[in-house]
Amino acid sequence: MAAQTEVKANPNMPNHLETATLDGKNKVLGFWLFLGAETVLFACLFGTYLALRNQTMGGPDGQELFDLKLVAAATAILLTSSLTSVLAMMKMNQLNYKAMQLWLGITVLLGASFLGLEIYEFIHYVHEGHTFMSSAFGSSFYALVGTHGAHVTFGIIWISTLMIQAAKRGITKETAPKLFVSSLYWHFIDVVWVFIFSLVYLLGKVG
Amino acid sequence: MGTLIVLIVFALFITAILTGGYNKEAIEKFKKSKAWDWLTTVDHKKIGIMYFISGFFFFLIGGIEAIFMRMQLIVPHNDLFVGDTFNQLLTMHGTTMIFLAAMPLLFGLMNAVIPLQIGARDVAFPFLNALGFWLFTAGGLLLNLSWIFGGAPDAGWTSYTTLALNDYSPGPGIDYYVLGLQISGIGTLIGGLNFIVTVINMRAPGMTFLRMPMFTWTSFIASALILFAFPALTVGLLLLMFDRLFGANFFDHAMGGSSVIWEHLFWIFGHPEVYIVILPAFGIMSEVISTFSKKRLFGYTSMVFATVVIGFLGFMVWVHHMFTVGLGPWSNSVFAVATMTIAVPTGIKVFNWLFTMWGGQIRFKTAMLFAVGFIPTFVMGGMTGVMLALPPADFQYQDSYFVVAHFHYVLVGGTVMGIFAGAYYWWPKMFGKMLNETLGKIHFWTFLIGFHLTFFPQHFLGLFGMPRRVFTYQANVGLEQLNMLSTIGTIGMVIGTLAFVFNIVITFKKGAKAPADPWDGRTLEWSISSPAPEYNFAQLPLVRGYDAWFMEKQAGNKEMPAAEPLGSIHMPSPSFIPLLMSIGFFVSGFGFVARGDYSMGILGLIIVFIAMFMRSFDQDHGYHIEPHEIEEANKGVKA
Repeated sequence: MAAQTEVKANPNMPNHLETATLDGKNKVLGFWLFLGAETVLFACLFGTYLALRNQTMGGPDGQELFDLKLVAAATAILLTSSLTSVLAMMKMNQLNYKAMQLWLGITVLLGASFLGLEIYEFIHYVHEGHTFMSSAFGSSFYALVGTHGAHVTFGIIWISTLMIQAAKRGITKETAPKLFVSSLYWHFIDVVWVFIFSLVYLLGKVG
Repeated sequence: MGTLIVLIVFALFITAILTGGYNKEAIEKFKKSKAWDWLTTVDHKKIGIMYFISGFFFFLIGGIEAIFMRMQLIVPHNDLFVGDTFNQLLTMHGTTMIFLAAMPLLFGLMNAVIPLQIGARDVAFPFLNALGFWLFTAGGLLLNLSWIFGGAPDAGWTSYTTLALNDYSPGPGIDYYVLGLQISGIGTLIGGLNFIVTVINMRAPGMTFLRMPMFTWTSFIASALILFAFPALTVGLLLLMFDRLFGANFFDHAMGGSSVIWEHLFWIFGHPEVYIVILPAFGIMSEVISTFSKKRLFGYTSMVFATVVIGFLGFMVWVHHMFTVGLGPWSNSVFAVATMTIAVPTGIKVFNWLFTMWGGQIRFKTAMLFAVGFIPTFVMGGMTGVMLALPPADFQYQDSYFVVAHFHYVLVGGTVMGIFAGAYYWWPKMFGKMLNETLGKIHFWTFLIGFHLTFFPQHFLGLFGMPRRVFTYQANVGLEQLNMLSTIGTIGMVIGTLAFVFNIVITFKKGAKAPADPWDGRTLEWSISSPAPEYNFAQLPLVRGYDAWFMEKQAGNKEMPAAEPLGSIHMPSPSFIPLLMSIGFFVSGFGFVARGDYSMGILGLIIVFIAMFMRSFDQDHGYHIEPHEIEEANKGVKA
């Protein structure tokens, strides 16, 4: 059976391996729809945050807390990881297994360093007295940014899992859609981060 | 201690499986049994049946809760179910009927029918479909176990904060609500997503969007509503869980929170939700009325348009549930106008149904009776809906029995009657047996009369000032007779439902075997045998127009033209992972309800992640059914 899904570089090769089969088409479309649902999820969290962000109850507010240098570094890292994820998908469609794994690996590493920075940031905030339980501002901040962080964590685990699968099975019509949707997911959490950067950190700095 | 036992049992299981220290024969036997077949099935027809059965089970539970409430309210100052017990009954009645009865019953019909109507062999994601069903079941069970372990939720189905916070609801009831609905909500979301992709990607050759049967269309739009509405509920429940279990302050005024946020999140989900449960019912009515009038659905394109518009406007009106919150005249006016606008597409639908019947050869089978009974009933609910959409008037109606009467007219008169019509209509296709028509007619008349007797007086109870959700009322203020009448009316609905149960039982025992096309149907599901074979279509049909099957019959054809030669058919393999993953969620939900010790909750999540890895690494390509097997199975079937 596996023989049917294997692909070799040849002139008749489909341009997009991820949608070469009906299963692949279903997966990609289904995943786009799932991202639509995720958008609503984050929109609700953003709405909650924007409604509650001034309710600091005497604790430190965003202006005092946020360190734009650190956040800018995290943003740069995460945006770069989107680029490496695109490169990985290009290499996948060129059936260049090694280059694909390399770019995926870099993506995961960048994601992990973003996560490291975020954890460092959170620990710092907790020391400043800004916790999940301290005020409505704290709750809504950690709910929004934390949900994003949880998505990054899940993405790191997911892409690593798929790297193992690709190592075992190679680039096939079955692994390609999986890799492709994981890259869609990765771009999505990047876009969400752009909004968090603007609506949480920049807006927090202007007060 | 409990966790320790669970862990030990779990470890023993793992060692037993790894060392082979179990009875292999017993396992083999179990794996070949029917139970295992149903537990692991990914066949949309079987999943549809399971949805339908569990939905009906919860419908009975929710019905019993309703009867208890009406018994309490039969006379003033009654003391049968008072205080907390009554609050629990009303909360669980609403929650059960919406999430655990109406939705799965519709999902059952959607699963059983949509792939057949679009000429597909399967849904787009058979595995996810099974997962959606098991998650719904796990969530529903968790929610209902609250009756036994610690007390049911009692803050109303809307579970408004701050009432639902720890201070005012200290027991575990709301925790069950939050976690049970979260789990079943994920299942519903998955189910909806599956239908959207199925409809977009799996249609048979020639089945263009504007040739799709109306039920498929309305379910398609309802699925889109599920996709964009349920995440709001997910967030609302998540925040409520954080507030209750982990000390967050989203809704706590003392810490800067705002209870209005819950209302917004709940109704951003909640209003589309009522369209999620009514749109598929509209679709069923369209199919039934068209078939039993022997006419093409009047104004098909405008029906599709109306459905899309209702779906779109459904997201624009949630504040009409919050007119009295005090969001200001501007906000109230905008949402009031948007709400009244919905009457336009709904009116289009009602007139289209009437015009479909006009001049048709009407046959009053049970399904058609339900459809015809539905129209005036639903229109009455719609009328009171427009009344409630006026903010100044709403200030008078709100929180009174008038509202209760309104939404029971749309939900029972619309959704439940739709489900019954669909059940009688598609029963032969789902089970291969014909439901008894006489019992069906008893079911219809007793249910319809009982329904109006129960809910019509409630309009007046509301106008006379009886508040909803309150367990008793004063004597001598003019509420006794109408309440008595309302309670007596439930007897009709009980008899009707019992007639349906009895009908199901005798149909299974000695019902007539259903022919492929018992109603002279118009859509593709009637072109194949009843019940449908596991591969649905031996050859994918070629669709040449709207009402594809009726068109071929008019042209004198005995079967649909094939779009492909007979070949081997690919089928997905059954899988136990959906069940395993749902058990993980169930264990986790239960674990988090038990406050203080979260090890069981985390253990459940570990099971979920293990199941996810198993699925990801699973290399299963399904199996094939060869043409000669199909031919053998078909021998003697074709007439």
